[in-house]
Amino acid sequence: MPQMIKGETGEWEIVIGMEIHAQVIANSKLFSGAATEFGAEPNSQVSLVDAAMPGMLPVLNKKCVEQAVRTGLGLNSKINTRSVFARKNYFYPDLPQGYQISQFEDPIVGEGKIEIDLPGGSVKEIGITRLHLEQDAGKSIHDQSPDKSFVDLNRSGCALMEIVSEPDIRGPEEATAYLSKIRMIVRYLGTCDGNMDEGSMRADVNISVRKPGDEYGTRAEVKNVNSLKAVQQAIEYEARRQVEILEDGGSVDQETRLWDPNKMETRSMRSKEEAHDYRYFPDPDLLPLEFSSEWVEEIKQTLPELPDEKKHRFMGNYGLSPYDASVLIAERARADYFETVAKEGGDAKLSANWVINELLGILNKNEKTLAESPISAQQLGSLIKLIVDNTISGKIAKDVFAEMFESGKDADAIVEEKGLKQVTDTGAIEAIIDEVIAENSGQVEAYRGGKDKLFGFFVGQVMKKSQGKANPAMVNELLKKKL
Amino acid sequence: MSNLTHLTIKDALKGLKSKDFTSAELTQAHIDAMGAAKDLNAYITETPDLALEQAKASDERRAKGEAGALDGIPLAIKDLFCTKNVQTTAASNILEGFKPQYESTVSSKLFDAGAVMLGKANLDEFAMGSSNTTSFYGNVINPWKSQNSNKDLTPGGSSGGSAASVAAYIAMGATGTDTGGSIRQPAAFCGISGIKPTYGRCSRWGVVAFASSLDQAGTFARTVEDNALLLRTMSGHDPKDSTSAKKDVPDFVAALNGDIKGLKVGIPKEYRVDGMPEEISKLWGQGIEWLKSAGAEIVDISLPHTHYALPTYYIIAPAEASSNLARYDGVRYGQRADEKDLIDMYELTRAQGFGDEVKRRIMIGTYVLSAGYYDAYYIKAQKVRRLISEDFKKAYEKCDVLLTPTAPSAAFAIGENEDDPIKMYLNDVFTVPASLAGLPGMSVPAGTDKDGLPLGLQIIGRPWDEETVLKVAQKIENLAQFKLWSPQSK
Repeated sequence: MPQMIKGETGEWEIVIGMEIHAQVIANSKLFSGAATEFGAEPNSQVSLVDAAMPGMLPVLNKKCVEQAVRTGLGLNSKINTRSVFARKNYFYPDLPQGYQISQFEDPIVGEGKIEIDLPGGSVKEIGITRLHLEQDAGKSIHDQSPDKSFVDLNRSGCALMEIVSEPDIRGPEEATAYLSKIRMIVRYLGTCDGNMDEGSMRADVNISVRKPGDEYGTRAEVKNVNSLKAVQQAIEYEARRQVEILEDGGSVDQETRLWDPNKMETRSMRSKEEAHDYRYFPDPDLLPLEFSSEWVEEIKQTLPELPDEKKHRFMGNYGLSPYDASVLIAERARADYFETVAKEGGDAKLSANWVINELLGILNKNEKTLAESPISAQQLGSLIKLIVDNTISGKIAKDVFAEMFESGKDADAIVEEKGLKQVTDTGAIEAIIDEVIAENSGQVEAYRGGKDKLFGFFVGQVMKKSQGKANPAMVNELLKKKL
Repeated sequence: MSNLTHLTIKDALKGLKSKDFTSAELTQAHIDAMGAAKDLNAYITETPDLALEQAKASDERRAKGEAGALDGIPLAIKDLFCTKNVQTTAASNILEGFKPQYESTVSSKLFDAGAVMLGKANLDEFAMGSSNTTSFYGNVINPWKSQNSNKDLTPGGSSGGSAASVAAYIAMGATGTDTGGSIRQPAAFCGISGIKPTYGRCSRWGVVAFASSLDQAGTFARTVEDNALLLRTMSGHDPKDSTSAKKDVPDFVAALNGDIKGLKVGIPKEYRVDGMPEEISKLWGQGIEWLKSAGAEIVDISLPHTHYALPTYYIIAPAEASSNLARYDGVRYGQRADEKDLIDMYELTRAQGFGDEVKRRIMIGTYVLSAGYYDAYYIKAQKVRRLISEDFKKAYEKCDVLLTPTAPSAAFAIGENEDDPIKMYLNDVFTVPASLAGLPGMSVPAGTDKDGLPLGLQIIGRPWDEETVLKVAQKIENLAQFKLWSPQSK
């Protein structure tokens, strides 16, 4: 559902296209053999090629190409078996060559589309324009000396995939859903770690506003939008800014703006007039990149089940709601965890509830990730099995679960140790019922006189007397008989 | 011992093998000669200590029976090849003091084969020029003099220092690079032979880039056979250069069997340009006669787009250069202007670091790649380049090799043509087409002009067919009986 902005002249639609830069997971950089680990000592992962020493030449890393193809396939996009690397020329100290090797007219991946999941379980299709491979720049460091800047070239030459969307996104909610979905897909594929904190995934957001039904408005490109929250805030701010300008009779400038997360505003970086002329031309140091469609097919065979397929399978095979399914597939590890629980526990819907409500809840409260969970998927599965086969009630199970989270012990052991097994012996339950009837003659009288609602009271009394261990279904059945 | 410097590489290898002399002696003879020929300014950096060290090591290897194919042979290395721990300047102020931590593939292949480096040969700045007058380190002087004037002549360019050093017997051979004629034209001007192999034959790794799609390493020597010896060692696929070809290297020396019977030699009519000096036409005609007499068949052919080669070259080469030279920004190595503001630092570093010709080409290149001009210039030039390649392809359906003059004139006086860049660019009119098509081309000295200055003939071959080029060049060499310059004739 598009989010509109209410202005003085009516509602405005926000139109968004995104450019996501995703650092490729690879053994080495796009055109050199240097390592790519995050957080290494400055300038410790720099080859002669990355430092653009005279006479150095780029040699394409095949692994990066494979990762781009994988990602393209994951984005349901056209793979171009012939693409061309081009130089994007501009001067900056963190760009040693004086140009970035990128792809311009002939990218490795062409058009495609993905589904994004919106609150309430609805989905929307977003078009992918292209994906291309390019080199990352280094990092300028301005805060180490009052009158000098330093450059760290560790990141220089690392492979990036730039994923460009069509202007199909309407509003901050869809934008964050899109970014999350892209991140989910690359993580499933193992082509990018998606860590926005470490900068291995970054977004530029193109924002414009228009009255519904009008032509596209003039857009501003907002850079430095480096978290889901920032995407939302930047769009809200920028769209509002543009609406105000337009409603005041002004016009929006086509320009590049920078998101300042501290001041919570976007500000102008450079106007269209100041925009660089990048003088793109095919890199004469590299031949056109060509590979066979058979190779693409081989890569296709190694793709994991992707989030959307998994979601639909969870809904179809396990009967989960779209919401539950989308929560579970958000991370591949989470989905795998759920499937193990469901298999072990024997009830998929119940397993889904337990994973989503109990497990994710308690992990979240304790600021732990799924990988750090003291309860393994097998353990949670066996707990659910105890519920399914009536060994314990759901209520007792919650206590057992809390104990498991504390101690890491198996559910069976805790149930055994604390004698929490459900009472299913008819005689024993009848004896408790008899006691309750004897102790509450007044209520029995009233119930028999027509006060049906009192039935719950008797159930409660029986459960209390059994310390919660009586099988609720049997209690119901036997109570009805006795009353 | 002084005549040691006059040996060919082939004979020097024989002498070393039969222990007539050592590499240390051979090298010392060259170092002495270099001292006497300082006025030529053929070297930017002389490395006598390194040379003697390498020579000693070579003699030790030879004593142990481990000598390589070029063991003990003293060479000049064009100062465009990065040499480990030895200053590499590209004849530019901007790289003054730069000592690479790496050795170019070509020079390391030569050193692995035992070659000795006498020094880094002077050149036009960043290999941009046809007269070796754009070097920050001063002009190179051609060892030849006109019979009618005492003026200093240019050795041609850009590999002027390489050509002059070999012609002046202060190197037995030299590496060069050729982007639009930078080996062939100086070879012709200095009366020696030089070959630019097929694009992709030698690795460009470690060679300071001028125009990546055109730059190709090659050789200078006083005989065709010596060129073949050097080229055999320098060639080969390099995984570090994506444009180097995965091709086996033929034995270029073995190809020199002297047999050109039945070979079809094409004579492109478009190379008969207006205003070509008569002596050059005559020499060309003489070359045709020589090859005929050796049993070759002469075929008239047409390369209809020749006329567009020079303008095409002067779009593509500067375009690539403007981008290739962006890395000289003062940030990481070489010269840096002391300015606080980043843009000021860039501007002053590059203003002080580059000479006029380099600046001119950076500006031309930047212009032709600019938005709005790219299609009209760069894209169109690429299209014409393809047409020029097609011309050659069609020609080679009718012939095996082409014979043309190397340059439209003999060596000219230093300072001549300086006022008009276009006039200077015209020096490359016969060499540029083969560069654009990536073809192997060789200049071999074949005669002299009215002033007694050397003139060269150019042999252009099919892609990867350096063998035929060398064979034809050697045939001309044998028949022309060209007399090399010698210090005695000075």
